[in-house]
Formats: sequence, C-alpha cells, structure tokens
Amino acid sequence: MKARIHITLKSGVLDPQGKAIQQALTGLGFDAVEDVRQGKYIEVELSESDAEAARTKVSDMCEKLLANTVIENYDIEIVD
Amino acid sequence: MSITASRPQDLMGLSADEYDTILEILGRAPNVTELGIFSVMWSEHCSYKSSKKWLKTLPTEGPQVIQGPGENAGVVDIGDGQAVIFKIESHNHPSFIEPYQGAATGVGGILRDVFTMGARPVANLNALRFGSPDHPKTRHLVGGVVAGIGGYGNCIGVPTVGGEVNFDPSYNGNILVNAMTVGIASTDKIFYSAAAGVDLPVVYVGSKTGRDGIHGATMASAEFADDSDEKRPTVQVGDPFTEKLLLEACLELMATDAIVAIQDMGAAGLTSSSVEMASKGDVGIELDLDRVPRRESGMTAYEIMLSESQERMLMVLQPGREDEARRIFAKWELDFAVIGTTNASGRLTLIEGGNEEANIPVAPLVAAAPEYDRPWTPAPPCAVVNADEVPAADDLGDALISLVGSPELCSRRWIWEQYDHMVMGDTVVRPGGDAALVRVHGTGKGLAMATDCTPRYVEANPIEGGRQAVAEAWRNVTAVGATPLAVTNNLNFGNPERPEIMGQLVGAVQGIGEACTALDCPVVSGNVSLYNETNGKAILPTPVIGCVGVMSDVAKAVTLDFKAAGDTIFVIGETLGWLGCSLYQRQITGDTTGAPPPVDLASERKNGDLVRHLIADGVLTACHDVSDGGLAVALAEMAMASEIGTDIGATINVSTDIPTHSWLFGEDQGRYVVTTAAPEAVVDAAATAGVAAHAIGVTTVSTLTLPGARPISVAEIRATHEHWLPDYMAAG
Amino acid sequence: MPAAVIVFPGSNCDRDVAVALEAATGRPPAMVWHQESSLPQCDLIVVPGGFSYGDYLRSGAMAAHSPILRTVIDRAHAGTPVLGICNGFQILAEARLLPGVLMRNASLKFVCRDVDLRVERTDTIFTSGYATGQVLRVPIAHHDGNYFTDAETLQRLEDGGQIAFRYCDSDGNVTADANPNGSIANIAGILNAQGNVLGMMPHPERLAEALLGGTDGAAMFGALAEAIAA
Repeated sequence: MKARIHITLKSGVLDPQGKAIQQALTGLGFDAVEDVRQGKYIEVELSESDAEAARTKVSDMCEKLLANTVIENYDIEIVD
Repeated sequence: MSITASRPQDLMGLSADEYDTILEILGRAPNVTELGIFSVMWSEHCSYKSSKKWLKTLPTEGPQVIQGPGENAGVVDIGDGQAVIFKIESHNHPSFIEPYQGAATGVGGILRDVFTMGARPVANLNALRFGSPDHPKTRHLVGGVVAGIGGYGNCIGVPTVGGEVNFDPSYNGNILVNAMTVGIASTDKIFYSAAAGVDLPVVYVGSKTGRDGIHGATMASAEFADDSDEKRPTVQVGDPFTEKLLLEACLELMATDAIVAIQDMGAAGLTSSSVEMASKGDVGIELDLDRVPRRESGMTAYEIMLSESQERMLMVLQPGREDEARRIFAKWELDFAVIGTTNASGRLTLIEGGNEEANIPVAPLVAAAPEYDRPWTPAPPCAVVNADEVPAADDLGDALISLVGSPELCSRRWIWEQYDHMVMGDTVVRPGGDAALVRVHGTGKGLAMATDCTPRYVEANPIEGGRQAVAEAWRNVTAVGATPLAVTNNLNFGNPERPEIMGQLVGAVQGIGEACTALDCPVVSGNVSLYNETNGKAILPTPVIGCVGVMSDVAKAVTLDFKAAGDTIFVIGETLGWLGCSLYQRQITGDTTGAPPPVDLASERKNGDLVRHLIADGVLTACHDVSDGGLAVALAEMAMASEIGTDIGATINVSTDIPTHSWLFGEDQGRYVVTTAAPEAVVDAAATAGVAAHAIGVTTVSTLTLPGARPISVAEIRATHEHWLPDYMAAG
Repeated sequence: MPAAVIVFPGSNCDRDVAVALEAATGRPPAMVWHQESSLPQCDLIVVPGGFSYGDYLRSGAMAAHSPILRTVIDRAHAGTPVLGICNGFQILAEARLLPGVLMRNASLKFVCRDVDLRVERTDTIFTSGYATGQVLRVPIAHHDGNYFTDAETLQRLEDGGQIAFRYCDSDGNVTADANPNGSIANIAGILNAQGNVLGMMPHPERLAEALLGGTDGAAMFGALAEAIAA
C-alpha cells in the first residue's frame, strides 16, 4: 500500500520560494499568476493492507517527522 | 545485447586504428562491456592522449615533492611530518548542462581525489569562466554553479576560500568550472592506488551504483539491437551528506593499517578505478558484479562498469581485515561489499551471474592507450602596442571607476558569501584578497593558496600567457607572506585536432614549464579538458594554475587592506606602462589587442623573494599583487578593503616619463604594492636585493587621489565595485 | 567532564566548537555520537552546526528525532544548560525545546559573513560576559536561518525576555537592512522560558580568536566555563 503525502506551508506563513517562483513565472510572461505556494511531495510504501490503519500510521509520521506542524499542513492520500 | 553498427567502434568514439589495436590485444572481437572499458580508458579524459606528449615536459620534481602527477593528487612536504595534498579538476560540460549538479559533483569529485590519499580536506577553491553577461544563459549558469559549489562544500563542511571568475563571449557555449581541493595528511599515512599483492580482498564502499552518467555522449549516438529502454539520465546528482560520511569513514579506516590501496570511482567509475589499481600493482583483479551494491534493478555489466554514480570508493584490504573495515562503514551507514580479489593473472575479469562478462589483459589496456603527436601551429606573434597608441581618458578617475565597476573587476562578494569560507575554524585570510590563508589545524603554520589565469594573455601569446598564469599564482601566494611550494594545473582548451588550438596548448605548457622551473614550483597534479568549443568556436585558452605555499607563522601574514593613514606606499618591481592586452585598453577601445606584458621570470622571483622577506621581518603593513587593471586598480582594491567606517585612501605623487595613464593602468608583471611605517627598511632591503622599489605616496583618510584623476572617495569606489554583480544577478 | 558536544552524521562544526570550549574550560569536551542514548556527566550540552542528515527533509528535522536527543530534552527540562548553534538551533527548534522554526533565508541563498548582533539579555549563563546593548561581531553561515513564529508566540518571547540576540547595524540599531535572512523581529537567538536553553544562528565559536578576525564570541564560552565551574 502506498501513501502520497503533500506537505504545504500554512496560509499566512511567508513562502519566499513560492514568491521567487511567482516572480519567475511573471518574468516569463505568465501574467495571470496571482500567487504561488510550493511544498513537498513524499511517497511512502507500506506493508499494510488496511487503508485506515495505514492512514493512522502515516499521519503519525507526519506529526512526528515529515511535516513541521508549526508552519506546515499535510494531506494524505492512501492508494493501493 | 548485441552491436548492430557496421563499424562497432563507432559506438564508443574509438578510431579504426584503436579498434584494430583492441582486436590485437584480445585476439578476438570485444563484447560490448569490453569495448566500453577500452573506450573509456582510451578516452581523452582518462588517457590524456592528445596532451601526454607535452605534459611529460613539465617539471614535476623537487625536494619538497613526495608525489607528483600520476596519482589521485599531488603530495608536497610541509615539514613536521605533514604533507599538503592537492589537485584541480574540471567539470565543465556537466556544469553547462545542469549547473547546480554539475558544479556540485565537480567539488565532490575533487574532494574524493584528495581524501583518497589520506588527507583531510581543509580548503576548496575554484576557477570559473562564464560567457558574456548579456548572453541569455549566463545569469542562470552563474547562479546555478555558485549555488552548486556552495551546496556541496558548505554541507560537507570544507571551507571554500578562494577562486576567480571571468566573463567572455568565448565561453557562451562552454563554461569552465574548475574545482580545487587542498588537504593535509601525515607523511607516514599517505595512501596510493597500487593494489600490490595477490589474493587480497577488493572492497566497494560508499553509495550504491545507479545508471548515472553512463557514457553520456557516446550512448546517445549508439544503436543497440534489443535496447528499447528510455534514455538514461547522464547528469550525476551529488550527495554531499553521503560524501561527508564517506570522508569520515575512510579517514577512520586509514588510521588503521588495513588498507593496501584505495582509489575513488570518478570518471569511468568502477572501470578506471579497478584498472588503475591492477595496473599500478601489477596484478590481476576479478570482480563479481553480482556483489556490487546497486540502486536500480536490471543493470548490465556494461552499465555497472561505466556508471559514474558519485560518492563511491574502491579499496584493496589486507587479508582478514574485512570485518574491522565493515564495522567502520556500518557505523557511518555506508554500503560495504567485498566484490572481488586480486590475483596473479594480470587480467581484469568480470563475472556476472556465473558468466564471464569481460576478460582483458590489464597491462596492454593501459600501455597501449593511444598517444598522439597532434599537428600544431604556433600562435602568430602579436605586435607590441605602445602606451601612446592607447588614448588617455579625459579623467583617469572616471576610468578607474568604470574599471572597478566592470564585470571583470567588480567585487565577487555575491559569490563568496554563498560559500562557507570559515568552517573548520582555521581560515586566517578570507576570500577577496590575493591568496587565502588557512592555518594547519593545531599549529601556527599556514597554507596559502590561489588560482589564476589570464586567458586573453594566453590567446595573444600562449607561451607568455602560460608563464604569466604561474607567475601570478606564485605572486598571490607570496603577497600574503607564504613560500610557494608547487602548483596544480587545469588545461582548458578547444579542439586539439585543430593545429592552432594544439599550438595554444603546446605554447601554454611550454610557458608553464619555464615559469615553474624558474620559480621552483613544480607541477604535482593536474587535469586536461579539451574540446571546449561550440560550432567551431573555441574558448579562450585557459590554463588555470592553482598554487599552494606554506608559511611557518600565520600571525605574520599580511593582507591587502590599507591599515592606517600615514604609511608610505611603495611599488616593488618596474613600471613600464604596458597597455597592450590590458583591461584599460579594452575599457577605452572596446577590445584588447597586441602582445601581453612579458614575464621576466628572474625579476619575478627576485621581487617576490624580497616581498616575502619584508613580510617575515614585519616591515609591511599591507601588500597586494598588481595584475588586471594595473597600479590604479591595485591601489583602489587596497583602499576598498580598509575597514568600513574608517576608510583609508591614498595620495599618489609620481614623476615619470611615461604617460600617466600607462603608469596607472599598465599591466607590467612582477609587481606588488606594499605599505609600511618603516620606509627606510624597504629602501635598504630593496637596494640589497637589487630590486626596484619606488615610493609613490602615502595612505590618507577616506580619499584616493591619483595623478591625472579627480580625488575619489573610498566610499564611492566601494559602492561602484560592490554593485555590479548583485545588480546583474537580481535583474534576472 | 564539564561539557558535551553532540555529533550527528553531517555535523561539521563539532570540532570548531570543541576547540572553543577547550580554550575556555581548559579541557576537551566529550564528543557524543547521535546513536548513544545516554550522556556522560556534563554541565553543558552543545548541539553544533553543520548539516545533520544532510538537512534533507528540513534542516534539523531528522536529528531532532535521534536517540540522543531524547536524553538532551530530558536534561534540558531538568535544567542543564543547552546551547544550539546554527544547525543546533534548527535541531532544538524541531525538537520543540525552543519555539518557532528556521525557514529558508529570504534571499533564498546561503549566506556566510560577519554580522552585528545586539545583546538583549545579560542575566543568562550564556551572555553574562556581555553588556546589555553591546554590539557583537559574529559570523553567520546558513541557508535556513529565517526565524519565524506566530504573533502570539513572538509576543510571549518579547514579554518573557526570551530574545537573546538581534541582528543590528554597527551602532546597535535594529534595522531591516541589518537583517541578513528575513528573521521576524531581527531575531538571531532565543532562550526557552527557563533560560537554560539558547539557540542562535550566528557562530560564536568562529570568532573566538584574534588571529581569525575577532574575539567577540569568546566571552560566551568564557561565561559558560565560569558558570559550569562554579
């Protein structure tokens, strides 16, 4: 079973990398860009057959290590 | 996998003659793995086939030299049972393709070359050449290369203390990224690559092997019958964290006597490392490829042997010491695998899945490597440009301001502030001066180091330019007070199959050799990078010299900044006003023409010896070598380097019968600007040494006043000097 | 043994801080490998700079979960002084021994240079060698030194006197120009509420010797040596 985890900065936390990407996009002529936020994408392979149990485990991983919940949110998707 | 090209050698960039030699050596046709091994071992990169004939002419010996060219890096005695180990190496093409990873892996590779020999790396330097600032790729390349060098060096924790950068349109399609590492070892703990002895375990350590960097260019043009795989990535990705672990693990194992031989897996990976060790040790090696730790499944013998995955080492251990070594690598969480043994066969044998995948006699593989005497034509001589042929600017102060604010001479702070130049706690003289000075940890001794080359001089006159590159590096090391010991060189040129390019290489090597001999500074290591050209347009010939010197007491080092008002300023060496090929000429006329300034090696040495002697005696308060932009720029640099808030400038008074602008901006060689509170001591010492030393003025508060120029505040010079590069990079 | 330095895979300022500690205390500190679960007898714990675990994932995140950190946290709660420098600060923040996080520098670039720091507190064992408002020159060398915390926590830090150092100009003025990395309120170093844990991005161990360009960092190690000897 595989978990797909998206980690993003909480709204309100300054994202200098996102800002730089936005500036670069604008510089390239993409003038419809209003905001860019960047984050991380992590895949975890699990030896687990129960989706809920997997979600609980991955959620624990996010709380303990994968995300810094002071500034980051995480979003978990469990796929077979 | 079978080969379908009509002439199989076409697959791998070998010539028909070279292929015939392979048939002769093997007595049969090679399989694809064997052909790959011959191809990389006989590549320009590994065999130096175009340059070897000329490299052999370089002076490589001296009482201080423990190991000259031919090992992973050069080794030079610095006394007290210690040695300095250093080398420079190019990573030009990969850095153009992917600047961050290309530069990062360049740093990683040269670090491994140095710690493979038992040294702890203590400093990194680099020599960078980029295209014209207005070329669309330049900004991206500068940003990526600088971030990559910093990303690797900062993480592994070796300070990046010096380097140089030039911009020129000839590098638009071929940037140069030359990285140098300096390390320190005990003279009784230096490790070599000769796998002497049979039945010894061959051990693989470090990262796992993937398909990184396999035979990039040749793979792309090859056609394989049953190979429908996706195009393989050829860009290697650096992992400085793993390299830090590898460094610590290797040094820990080296503290024991378990290692017989060690070789890093750099270009051509497992192939060149195993062949090198077998060849030098005069033994055979059998490798069981099934035991090679790997990151990807389904790798062929060819791919395993030619992978350029980073952060890997090959070692030959004393028999029975495997477990001890394994424990150390396990502690550092690195792969460790016994993948073969040495034997008396003299052959490289590769086994995979029980099948023999290659069987090549090592000695002919190495000895029969091609060596070419490529045709060459000497560079046509350039006329000498007289000073009065170059117009004087209306105001020489304005000329100075535009020079110090130009891409060529502006501050490199934007670059070196992205490098951790202080980690390890021994950086005595930081970047921005003539040479960096790094204390030998736990002692009062220091190592001074600098990289230099003036490509426009080399283009105009390769011999003189080769001499000048050595002289300037030697001068920079001298200017902090150190005694230059030896050099490493990185010869970057265009296509050697063109006689005029080959002529540049031949001339530059001649000049380097002459200067190294005259200055007692032999070449102990180096690297050659050829074929740096795009659409038939070659780069400027760029033979970069890295010089290392030793200083017995770092507390006596002198820096370039003016220290206080009221010091007397001297120029050591003769000023003749040589404006040909100068930056002033380019600033005024838009181009450089004419012969470069000649290097008088005898006075170069005499002048430098005097300066070193004055520094050792504590006579000088500041010292700076005179190079690009001449005296005016040297004086401006000394003023700008003074403490912000208490700016020190200078008032210069000279009577000279040469045009003032040529006195200020001429690039005569062998000169230093020095300041002193004891002018008589300088006069006396210079007289004794028979060296020209002219008092040209005094240091003053806050303003630089030059003949023929409006007085300029140090703050104005500094502001101009500092803004070009950050502004340029921000404009992207 | 008066001081212990924690060494992670990827630490690279461990030797530098050990040199400064030995100069101040007269004896070398214990170097403690990350896989240890216990600390030797010590009265000061230093978490040094570097790139623990390559700073992969987030600077300091993985080191904050290493076995030795559990012991460090326990000892910190029990009152043992803990000093985190650069990556050490990032680790202590990730371990929640200190509030807030160190984000990517506002410039997005690694920056290595001397900065001026204003001393905000002198009544701590770390800073008792300085005068209030004194301006120190100490180098920074980091990619992720942009201190951030929410408004409420910031207020608590301000009110509780938990800000130890701020980036300032050479006259001690806390200005935007003097801020090298975008840190909120120019924060360069903070204390925990009890005052026994200090995290700072600048490297006092790098300017603790005149030959290397300055000695402003030495007073911190001098003060610590005195405190733990007493």
